[in-house]
Formats: sequence, C-alpha cells, structure tokens
Amino acid sequence: MFYRESGDFKTSYLQDQQIFPILQDRVFVAVVIAFAFLVVPFLINDYWEKSVLLPVLIWSLAAIGLNILTGYCGQVSLGTGGFMAVGAYASYKFTTAFPELNLFIVVLLSGGVTAMVGILFGLPSLRIKGFYLAVATLASQFFLVWLFNKVPWFYNYSASGQINAPERLIAGIAITGPNAPPWATYLFCLIFVVVFALVAKNLTRGRFGRSWMAIRDMDIAAEIIGVAPLKAKLSAFCISSFYIGIAGALFFLVYLGAVEPTEAFGIDKSFLVLFMIIIGGLGSILGSFIGAAFMFLMPVLIKNILVNGVGWSPDIVAHLILMIVGGLIMFFLIVEPHGLAQLWRVAKEKLRLWPFPH
Amino acid sequence: MTPDFLNTIEVILNGLMTGVMYSLVALGFVLIFKASGIFNYAQGVMALFAALTLVGFQTGQIPFAHLVNQIFGTQVHHWGSGMNNLIAILLTILVMILFAWLVEKLVLQHLVNQEPIILFMATIGLAFFMEGVGDLMWGADLKTLDVGIPSGGSFWWEDVTRTWVSEGYEYYGMYIDLLDVWAAGIAVLLVTILTLFSQYTKTGRALRAVADDHQAALTVGISLRSIWVIVWSIAGVVALVAGIMWGSKSGVQFSLSLIALKALPVLILGGFTSIPGAIIGGLIIGVGEKLFEFWVGPLIGGATENWFAYVLALFFLMFRPQGLFGERIIERV
Repeated sequence: MFYRESGDFKTSYLQDQQIFPILQDRVFVAVVIAFAFLVVPFLINDYWEKSVLLPVLIWSLAAIGLNILTGYCGQVSLGTGGFMAVGAYASYKFTTAFPELNLFIVVLLSGGVTAMVGILFGLPSLRIKGFYLAVATLASQFFLVWLFNKVPWFYNYSASGQINAPERLIAGIAITGPNAPPWATYLFCLIFVVVFALVAKNLTRGRFGRSWMAIRDMDIAAEIIGVAPLKAKLSAFCISSFYIGIAGALFFLVYLGAVEPTEAFGIDKSFLVLFMIIIGGLGSILGSFIGAAFMFLMPVLIKNILVNGVGWSPDIVAHLILMIVGGLIMFFLIVEPHGLAQLWRVAKEKLRLWPFPH
Repeated sequence: MTPDFLNTIEVILNGLMTGVMYSLVALGFVLIFKASGIFNYAQGVMALFAALTLVGFQTGQIPFAHLVNQIFGTQVHHWGSGMNNLIAILLTILVMILFAWLVEKLVLQHLVNQEPIILFMATIGLAFFMEGVGDLMWGADLKTLDVGIPSGGSFWWEDVTRTWVSEGYEYYGMYIDLLDVWAAGIAVLLVTILTLFSQYTKTGRALRAVADDHQAALTVGISLRSIWVIVWSIAGVVALVAGIMWGSKSGVQFSLSLIALKALPVLILGGFTSIPGAIIGGLIIGVGEKLFEFWVGPLIGGATENWFAYVLALFFLMFRPQGLFGERIIERV
C-alpha cells in the first residue's frame, strides 16, 4: 500500500529516469550512504576494516566489473584474477614512478591500463563465445600472472619478486602503508565503490547496457536489429576490466599492501568473483554487492563459529567450507538461477501489492 | 645424430607422453559433452576423488575418519590393513557409479533445459563440492598411489639411444618414464574399448543417438536419465584411470584437480565432440608446450608451460572455432 510508485504516472523526464522510483527506496539508499560516510568512519577499528569492510567493498567492485561482462553482456570470463593483477601492478608502477601523483588519479589510471588490456584480451570474443571464450580468458589469467612473475621491470627488480605499497598521503593523511588509519582507507575505498556503483547502474540502464543485454540474450538477433557486436562486446570488456582493475589496485594498495602475483591473483580469485555474481545475481548491481558480501563473509562466519566457537581443527572447517560453497552454487543454480537479488525483486513485488494481494 | 637433435627428439617424445596424460582427462570431458551437452568442469576433481578413494580402499582408511573423530572425540583411522588392488579398483568403480547416479538425481535432473553456461557453472560448483567431500572423506595430505605399474626410466631405451649418437659426441641416452609408456598403452586401450562399445553395443548406439538429438532419442524410447547415469559412470571410470596414472606419477593431491584446466585447451584444439580429437589435441598440446619450453622458455624466463597451452588454444580458436574435429557450429536466430 505504501511501498509503491503511485500508478505509473510520471509528469517529468526527471521522474521517468529516476534510478529508484519509489520513495522508500530513495530514503533507504540515502540513509545507507549517509551511514556509510558519516557514522561508520567513527566506529571503525582495525579488525572491522581489514577483515570485513575493505574486502567486501573491494570484492563488490570486482563483482560489479565481472557482472557487467558476464551478467549483462553474457561473456563468461575466467580472467578476473589476471585483470586484478594488471590493476595492482599498474598502480604500483604509477605510484613508484610518480610519487607525487594523487592516489585517486593513480587508481583511475590503473583502471584505464586494465581497460586497455581487457580490450586486447576481449578481441577473441568477437569470434568465439560460451565456454570457448571462458577457456580463451583462461589464457589471459595464466599469461598475465606469469608475466608479472617473470619480468622484473614490473616489480621494480625487487629481490623477493613481491610488490609493496609505499606510503602515500592525501591531504596529509596516509592512505596506503602500515600507518594508514582505518577510517581513511575505508573512506578511500568507499568513495570509489559508491561513485562507480552509480556509474555502473546508469550505464546498464542506458544505451550501452541495452546493447549489452541484447547481445547477451541473442547475439545474432541483436546484430540484425542493429546492435554492433564489436562495439558492444569490446565496450563491455573495456568497462568491466576498468572496474576490475580499480578493484585490483585497491586490493593491492589499500587492503593487502604487499602482493605476490601467483598467490594473490590466482585462478581461485577468478572463480571466487564468478561465484559472487552467480550467487548474488547475474545482471544485477545490487546482486554484486550481496554476492560479494555473502561469499566473503559466509566462510569467515563459518570459520569463526566452528574454529573459535566449537573448536574444530581449521583444515576440517576449510574442507567443509569448500563443500558448502560448492553445494550453495548448485543449490542457487537449481532453485534460483537469478541469485539473491531475485529474492529481493520478488519481495518487492509482494510489497507493492501488500496488504491486498489479489 | 648430434646430441642436440637427440635432445629435441627426447623432448618431443616426452611431450607426446604428457599429451597422452592430458588426453586421458580430456576423454572424460568429451564423453559427457557428447551425450548431454554438459561441459563437465568437475572431470579433474572426479579424477582426484577417484584416486583418493582408491588409495583409501587400498590402505584401509575409514571414510570421514577426521570428521567423525572431530565430532565424537573418537580415534578411528583404519579398519584393517587394506585390500587387494583389484578389489579396491572394483570398489572405486562402484563408488564412481554411485556418484554418477547421485549427480543425475540431485543436480542434473533439476537443470534440464537450462542454458549450457548455467550447467557449466553448476559443474564448477560440483567440483568445489567434491573437492571438499574428497578431502573430508580421506584427508587432504599427499598420498602415494601404487597399483603395480612400473615406473622410472627405461634402461633398455637409454642403451639403445646411446648408440644413435654420431662419433665424437658424448651422449647419455634418452630418458623415458616407463609409467608414461604404460599410460600411453592404457589410453590406446581405453579409446579402443570406448569406440567398440559405442559402435557395437546396444547401449553404445543409444548413447550416440542421444548425442545426436535428445528429442529424437526420447521419441524412440531411449531413457535420457539412464543414459546420463551411464555416461557419467563411464566418465567416472575414465576419471579413475586418469587419476591412477596422474596419481602414480605425481602423488594424489589437490593439484591433480587442476589438470582439468589443462584439458580445456586440449578440448578446444580437438573439438568438444570428437574422441580422436581429444587424443590428437592432447598430443599437440603436450608436444607444443614441451618444445616451446625447450626452445623459447630459456629466453623468456621459463615456466611457459603454465600458459602456453591456453595461448595456443586462443590463437587456434581465432581460425577454427569448432576445433580440429569438431562439428561445424551453425547458428540460427
């Protein structure tokens, strides 16, 4: 009764184009964003920053990136880990080569570099699709990680082969390095996530998004009605890689601080992000957030309960988590192929009709 | 012949052997893909699981011993000294058939008519699930597997090849692992049996019918569900063979499941629907990556085997998306 657009009656273009046409939604999102910006920084401590908030934010960004490619444009990619590595190494090279460069610009530039690499590895998508493409993206995953391992220029010839994030300040406050206060790193990531989530939402509602979805639903038909596959597919690869690159840069600069490519950006990361968007919901920005939070926090929660609570040995719990994750993937694909986001969509429909469902 | 030339031959031979091992895994993929159109990512984990189960039976481990001990505080590990190789293998085959039945019952049956990519992702989930189950059942430690296949270098071959070298060069003979030779022999045997089975038995004919056209097969009274169980069982047995070979070679451990990833480029080269394609694709990848590592590897830092197969497959796809022997892909709106 209350939770609804009053009819389908729009009197201005502005109203017609709102992201959240329902008042309650607008209020809710505004409150969440205000809470995230104004309240959380005062409550945050080291544990919450490193174990919960930062990883969830960064994985959400990566999930949005992959969702643009896989969920909206229908091109399955298993190269997410490799593209995150590109973002991380690009940010490392930029920030060590130009120490004065503002960190925001560094991260954006690394996103840009990753976007270029993404277009390059997206070229095969013009010829092949489906799991043929998935295998082709594996090439990017393994090749890129190998490249960052073997070419010393990328890690500035450091003896360990690792890259370490040097301390960089914004307005006198450390954002990277060991002395960065939790609230600063959190806000830094939050700004990226909020801004780019909005951008993604708008992209997917606009021309680009529609051409991606047309390609996803049936590429030949889309081509016939005048969607250029070259433009649509490559733009999806480009923008998706841009997001993933930013996520990779944040992952390295702000979250981990020190990175070794095979460990941090292995094939398991590609699968993790893929699972996030499957469980969260393919083709949904909200789903990317839910999926990232779920896939990252669920293992942490299970581990906390069973290892610290019940006192089981960690390796048994690790195997149990594998089982649960695998089982959940199958469960979701069978029961709700559209992911957790679909549950929210269904609930919304119900709410609209409430309390007169007939 | 100069030692350099002989070394190259040795590299090619070893590449061929490695290729056979890849083919063994790829074979399981092709079987399932032909019959059900499912790209079974879990094939590698099935090999791992089969090998783990075999070792478990051989050494007489109690399944889920770790979990049981953890929950009930007991201290059980083994129920005896283990069992005969043959019995263990037969029991493992039974387990794989049971597994096939369960997969059909619990997963595939509910995913009929879904898009291929959804099914693919479901098998990724299955792979994770099985990995967890396998580790919980038999423990995650590195195990050695020995079913009596000879391994180690062949001295006879070393002696023979030593005489090939030209006068004035020093050469120690070629190294070739007996296990690899056995694997090649078994792979040939396996392909022969599978081909005979699919050509000359009633079930085999039904399998081919399903592979051709699901609907048509249904109308002539072939039960899709039982065919799927049969196919997954066969794939399970193939996985067991692959698991035995890889397990004897490098021990039964988690990395065994990663050979599934290596089988993907093999499939792309050979085509998803062709059994000979899987073998030849495997050989090309095996020889290709060994030669590349041998010739180019030292120049660019080595360890190129990690990615060479994928990049080769990538370039190959550009020119022939359906693979060497695959059926031509025709698309309609």
